[in-house]
Amino acid sequence: MTYTPQLAEHRFGYGLSPRQQGPESAVNMLDTLAGPDRIAQSLPVQSYRALQDALVLRRRFRGFARKNPQTSKGKEADQKQRDIYGQMQAEWRRGFVQIQARRSLTQDAFRERLVAFWADHFTARGKGGMLRFAMTAYVEEAIRPQLTGRFADMLVGCVTHPLMLHYLDQDSSVGPNSIMVRRRDVDRGLNENLAREVLELHTLGVGGPYSQQDVRQLAELFTGLTRSRDYTFVFRRNIAEPGPETVLGKTYGAGASMQYVEAALRDLAAHPATARHIAGKLAVHFISDRPPADLIGALEQTYLDSDGDLMRLYQVLLDHPAAWVSELQNIRPPDEFVSASLRALGVTAQDLAGLKDRDLRDLFFRPLTLMGQSWQQPPGPDGWPEEDTAWVTPQGVAARLEWAMHVPQRLVQDLPQPGAFVDATLGAAAPSEIRFAAQAAESRAVGIGLVLSAPAFQRR
Amino acid sequence: MVAPLFNRRSVLTQAGLIGCSLAASPLVTPMAFAKAPWETRLVVIILRGGLDGLDVVRPQGDPAFADLRPTLNAGNDPIDLNGYFALHSGMAALMPLWHRGELGFVHAVSTPYRDKRSHFDGQDLLEAGTDRLSGTVRDGWLNRMLQLVPGLEADTAYAIGNDALRVLEGPAPVANWAPEANLRLSPQALQLAQLVMERDPQMHAALAEALMLSQDAEGDRRGGRAHEQIARFAASRLRQDARVAAFSLNGWDTHRAQGRALRRSLGVLSDTILTLRQDMGAAIWEKTAVVAVTEFGRTARENGTGGTDHGTGGVMIMAGGAISGGKVHGQWPGVGPSALYDGRDLMPTGDVRAALGWIMRGLTGIGTPDLTQTVFPGLDMGSDAGLLR
Repeated sequence: MTYTPQLAEHRFGYGLSPRQQGPESAVNMLDTLAGPDRIAQSLPVQSYRALQDALVLRRRFRGFARKNPQTSKGKEADQKQRDIYGQMQAEWRRGFVQIQARRSLTQDAFRERLVAFWADHFTARGKGGMLRFAMTAYVEEAIRPQLTGRFADMLVGCVTHPLMLHYLDQDSSVGPNSIMVRRRDVDRGLNENLAREVLELHTLGVGGPYSQQDVRQLAELFTGLTRSRDYTFVFRRNIAEPGPETVLGKTYGAGASMQYVEAALRDLAAHPATARHIAGKLAVHFISDRPPADLIGALEQTYLDSDGDLMRLYQVLLDHPAAWVSELQNIRPPDEFVSASLRALGVTAQDLAGLKDRDLRDLFFRPLTLMGQSWQQPPGPDGWPEEDTAWVTPQGVAARLEWAMHVPQRLVQDLPQPGAFVDATLGAAAPSEIRFAAQAAESRAVGIGLVLSAPAFQRR
Repeated sequence: MVAPLFNRRSVLTQAGLIGCSLAASPLVTPMAFAKAPWETRLVVIILRGGLDGLDVVRPQGDPAFADLRPTLNAGNDPIDLNGYFALHSGMAALMPLWHRGELGFVHAVSTPYRDKRSHFDGQDLLEAGTDRLSGTVRDGWLNRMLQLVPGLEADTAYAIGNDALRVLEGPAPVANWAPEANLRLSPQALQLAQLVMERDPQMHAALAEALMLSQDAEGDRRGGRAHEQIARFAASRLRQDARVAAFSLNGWDTHRAQGRALRRSLGVLSDTILTLRQDMGAAIWEKTAVVAVTEFGRTARENGTGGTDHGTGGVMIMAGGAISGGKVHGQWPGVGPSALYDGRDLMPTGDVRAALGWIMRGLTGIGTPDLTQTVFPGLDMGSDAGLLR
């Protein structure tokens, strides 16, 4: 149960890379994490603002094209709106490439794993049109800068992000007694979706001490949170339900205001049930499906003592003996398996940038779907499953094996010698049957595929 | 034509493709397995997201109904079923089945799940089949039904598709597969893959099963949309030794613009049922009950965004030659203001587990005590609901 750079990379990053040494110590991991986010600067992704601009522009061209369907100007406009969609789709694919390259090349791999963890906790995705390409920017702007801060800040940022408001229908919820409804007698009303998921998934957890009444009251408190036509966050007083609203016994505001929404979110973040929920999720994700109770207890206590200081939680996680047991536990989810393979193969941003759309589809998007994890399409607001049983299925294992055998040779010019690849990827302590199989394989591609398919690579 | 499982198994064993320590793999252990002692077929479809039963089987004859849903009821011509209930036109393709008595419904049913209206808990409870969620019950009710027949062959039951299916998870052996997965490795590569996974029973077993299924699925190269492929694969198994198949369909969480969204999902469900029927063939379809169940119904009133929110009571959909179709079963509670659950949802008057219990009893001969003690612990099945022919 001692720290090794190899275990640090394997369990808390994306595995060993031939390009760099693992971190010297857990302290070193945390120091790097607390420092500047270098890899994001060197491998940038498209901003949310750029997507918003494209949304506005495309809407304008579409509107014109619809009004002038049979004219040459109309057809030109229609082509332009298609082009814009195509560009944003290309940016989305480039986002996938950049994210994979970051995971492959970073010296700060724990950061990338934390990004994936919190992006899953605050799952939000676009449900149609070009918003389906927005998740990368959402994660980049609402999750990534908040990784080392306080949970409450991340919560407020994610819950009020336009993509979340869209995903969980908050942008169509209006207070039944709001100014707008009373004045114009419009046929719109309350939608509980976001309020429910904030309580159930983002804060207290489904076992938490809340009732349907709390959901309702929080939904009423949330009215006013919405987005403008270009998907910028706005608080609209005229659609907000006049308060006060009582959530978990605490009453917020007599008039509608963003300040009350934020106060309620911060109170939810500080709730002991939230501490327990977050502690359990971190331990399950990074350690095992059944983590030690004292680890959860220590995380929970630290959360409460530090007002949800995330760096302190990571420190507790890395300080616990369970972090450094040599026995591998959790299966890597498919997208992590693919990223870890790229890292093991030393794949660079240039290698990936050369891939055409069809290559990306055949080499990544389709295989990920077959493995059970379509890229950026989580099944619901609760994100991807954590249990190994969700991933270790005949189909999942078959898809991983297929990928491991056939895809690496299409990504790098010269595949490494399989025997050396065992050492570089799994270290000197690699199980003997893997060493044997890698040598006995009938081709280099099969040898590499066998190493990547081995439980010692698939689990962490 | 696919060869019988027994032959494939022995071929693979002889070829050395299957290692020896495969006790964890139900499909390939050398033990003798029993075939299911019944000939009927049960297909369970989990409709994830909360199907709006009131929109699918509409109580047109209930005077309170029209006012609840001005938007949803406008511009969609439902098809009269029995003078009181009418069917959403998105399921029009199934009307011939209704007339033949191969399509039926049980209305105003729900699981025992109440009040929190969470998809995830609702689905967990639906698939666990218990009366409340507890950390102790990890298996699903359909798996517990299979556990009642010791030594059952693993290809008696299939969980199909990309989603996890808790309803079939548990100690009884079950095969899992998605039709588009297939292995294209040389025998030598496969043998080595078995070797590197040997120390990990979970992965090793999964690979061994993948091998068997991959060979089975090779016969079908017709392509098509995901749900059609799933239905065809299910039918191909059920034509042979399989007696139970389960899969899930998403797309029922219609918070907004339900008119469009529900029509699309009902089309998928209708296609699925018709594909099952066609590919099973008349003789097997005659012995089949297809049941589609969901975690909860939706609010009786439409919401402000042309949709409905999470509710309680809903509808169970049945199809197949074995069911008593052409009927809307269940006790109708009405949708007047005082009849609603919590003042907002369709009041459940029956437990969906009781309906499932009676269907399993009729199909498999498993007795009520086993059903109410093991499959659905603590359930009161009440009197025979008459859901089978």
